[in-house]
Amino acid sequence: AVPVEGKNEAAMSELVPEPRQKPVVPMKPMGINANLLGYIGIDTIIEQMRKKTMKTGFDFNIMVVGQSGLGKSTLVNTLFKSQVSRKSSGWNREEKIPKTVEIKAIGHVIEEGGVKMKLTVIDTPGFGDQINNENCWEPIEKYINEQYEKFLKEEVNIARKKRIPDTRVHCCLYFISPTGHSLRPLDLEFMKHLSKVVNIIPVIAKADTMTLEEKIEFKQRVRKELEVNGIEFYPQKEFDEDLEDKTENDKIRQESMPFAVVGSDKEYQVNGKRVLGRKTPWGIIEVENLTHCEFALLRDFVIRTHLQDLKEVTHNIHYETYRAKRLNDNGGLPPMTVETEENHESNL
Amino acid sequence: QQPAQFTSPETPGYVGFANLPNQVHRKSVKKGFEFTLMVVGESGLGKSTLINSLFLTDLYPERIIPGAAEKIERTVQIEASTVEIEERGVKLRLTVVDTPGYGDAINCLDCFKTIISYIDEQFERYLHDESGLNRRHIIDNRVHCCFYFISPFGHGLKPLDIEFMKAIHNKVNIVPVIAKADTLSLKERERLKKRILDEIEEHGIKIYHLPDAESDEDEDFKEQTRLLKTSIPFCVVGSNQLIEAKGKKVRGRLYPWGVVEVENPEHNDFLKLRTMLITHMQDLQEVTQDLHYENFRSERLKRGGRLKIEEEEEVNKDQILLEKEAEVR
Repeated sequence: AVPVEGKNEAAMSELVPEPRQKPVVPMKPMGINANLLGYIGIDTIIEQMRKKTMKTGFDFNIMVVGQSGLGKSTLVNTLFKSQVSRKSSGWNREEKIPKTVEIKAIGHVIEEGGVKMKLTVIDTPGFGDQINNENCWEPIEKYINEQYEKFLKEEVNIARKKRIPDTRVHCCLYFISPTGHSLRPLDLEFMKHLSKVVNIIPVIAKADTMTLEEKIEFKQRVRKELEVNGIEFYPQKEFDEDLEDKTENDKIRQESMPFAVVGSDKEYQVNGKRVLGRKTPWGIIEVENLTHCEFALLRDFVIRTHLQDLKEVTHNIHYETYRAKRLNDNGGLPPMTVETEENHESNL
Repeated sequence: QQPAQFTSPETPGYVGFANLPNQVHRKSVKKGFEFTLMVVGESGLGKSTLINSLFLTDLYPERIIPGAAEKIERTVQIEASTVEIEERGVKLRLTVVDTPGYGDAINCLDCFKTIISYIDEQFERYLHDESGLNRRHIIDNRVHCCFYFISPFGHGLKPLDIEFMKAIHNKVNIVPVIAKADTLSLKERERLKKRILDEIEEHGIKIYHLPDAESDEDEDFKEQTRLLKTSIPFCVVGSNQLIEAKGKKVRGRLYPWGVVEVENPEHNDFLKLRTMLITHMQDLQEVTQDLHYENFRSERLKRGGRLKIEEEEEVNKDQILLEKEAEVR
C-alpha cells in the first residue's frame, strides 16, 4: 500500500467545524490506479465525499452591495444563469428608492450535474442612494454579525442540529461605479469597515461604458487606492496557505481584480451561436467574451474555483474572529441559550 | 441678406425701416455674445468631456483628478473658465462654471449651498450694476443655463437630483442631460428618459422648456423644434478622440464591439443638444432676464428695502440726470 498522507478534508463545514487544512490529495475524482502493487482503496474516500456532497447539497450565501442601478440583480442572475435575484421575485424596477438601507434575502435551490445548491442572494437596496449616506453600512454590518450570532447560538447548544443551517454571508460583491476617475468616498468607507467581517470582492459594474484603455487605467487606479487605504479584499494575502495559493492569488489580486463586468439576461444570435449580451446600435456586447468584459473571469473565480474557499475563509476566519470576541466578552463562556418553547421545538 | 419680398427702395411708400433687423444683427455681431453655462453633476459622469466636445475646445488642460481619500474632505467648489470662441466673425464669450465636489461626499446635505450662493451672487451683482450710475458696460455674469447631469447608471432620478433641481429651478434654466449614454441600449434610454420626465413632473420640477416654433417659421425649423422637444432629456456621448470609422476620422469612442460616433444621430443626442443650445442661446438669456432675474429682483427688493443706490439717487436727482445725458451722448 502506498502511504497517503491524508489530512482531514475540511468540507462539510456545517457538520463540525474543523481547523483549516489544505488537502494534499487533489479534489478531482481519480480513477483506480491499477499500477499500485497492493491497492487498498483509501483514495475512494474522495468519491464518497463527492457523492455525499451531491446528496446533501450545500449552501451558498452571496450579498450584493452598491448604488441603485449598477446592475447588481442582473449580474447575479447572469452568474447563476437563473432568475435568482430581487429582480425576479416581484420586484418592480419602477419602485422608489427606499429611504433607509434594507436587507432582502431571497433563497433558491438550483441544480447542476446532480449537485444541489441552496443559493441565497442578499440584496441591500437603499445603500448609497440617499443624500446623506453616513453610516449606511451599519445595517449591513449588523446583518452579517446577526448571522454569525445565529450560527454561534446553534453551535453552543447542548442538543444541536446535525447540520447547522448556514446563513452566514460567504461572499460580498461590492459594485464600483464605472466613473473612470477613482473610487468614491463611500466605497472606501464601506470596504474599510466591512472587509474585516466578510469576504469582499470588488467589481466594476457596467464596464461596457469604458474603452479598453480607460478600463486598464481605472483598474490600476482602484487597485492602488485600495492598497494605499489598507483594504484587504478577498482573496486576502494573509490567508494564502502555501506558495501555490499565493502565486495563483497574487496574479488575481494584482492583475485581474477588480473584475470589470457586464451582466445580461438576454440572448442574441452572434456568429450562429446564442450568447448572453447587450445590443447597441454599434454592436453586440457579449457578456461571456473575454475580449469584451471580465464576467467570465468573475464567474470562474467565484463559482468554479474559489466557492469552497470563500466558505472556508468565512467559517474559519471571519466566524472564528466573531466567536472569539463574543466568548471573550462573555468571560470565556459561550452565550447561554435559554430554552424557551420556541427553540426547544426547533431543536427537535 | 435682403429678403426678396421687399419692394425696391424706389417704390413709393417704402420707408426703409425693414432694414432694422439687419442693423441689429450687425451690431450684435460686432458686440459679440456673452453666455454663462453652469455644469452640475457627480464626478465621473462625463461633464468635462461633453463640454469640450460641445465647444470643440479643451477647457481643462491641466486637470488632476483627486482620489477618493482626498474627496472625503473636499467641499463643493466653484470654478469658472472663460473662452472666447469665434466663428465666421461672430464672437462668443463663453463662461463655463464648474462645480467639482458636488455629489461626491458621503453626506451631501450641504452640496447645494455653495452653488445657490453663487447664482444669487451673480444676480445681486447685476442688480447692483443695473441700479448703478454707469450702466454702459454692465458685465452679465448671470448663469443663463445649467446643465444638470443625471447618472446613466441609475433607474431614474436620485434623491439628490430631485432636491437640488427643486432648489434651483426658480433661479436658473435647467437642462437635464444624461451623458455616457453609450452605456445604454436604445430601449433602456427611452425607458430612462420617460422615467425621468415622470419624476420631474411628479415633483413639480420646472425645467427649461423650448418655446414652440413661430407659425411663420419654415417647416424644417418647426420639425426640428418638435424633435428637440421630444428628446429631452438628451442622452449624449462626448469624446475628445478622433477614431477611424467607415474610412473617415470621426469623434468617437472605440470599443471591442464597435465604434460609437459622437455626431451620429443614430448613436446619441449630441447633435440635438448642440443645436438646442446654439439656436436657443438667445432665448435662454431672455428667460434668465425676464423670469429668473426678475423673480430674484422682486424678492430682493421686497426683502431688503430700497438699495443704497436708489436712496442716493433721490438726493442727487438733477446731478444724475445730467450724468445720464452725458452717458447717452
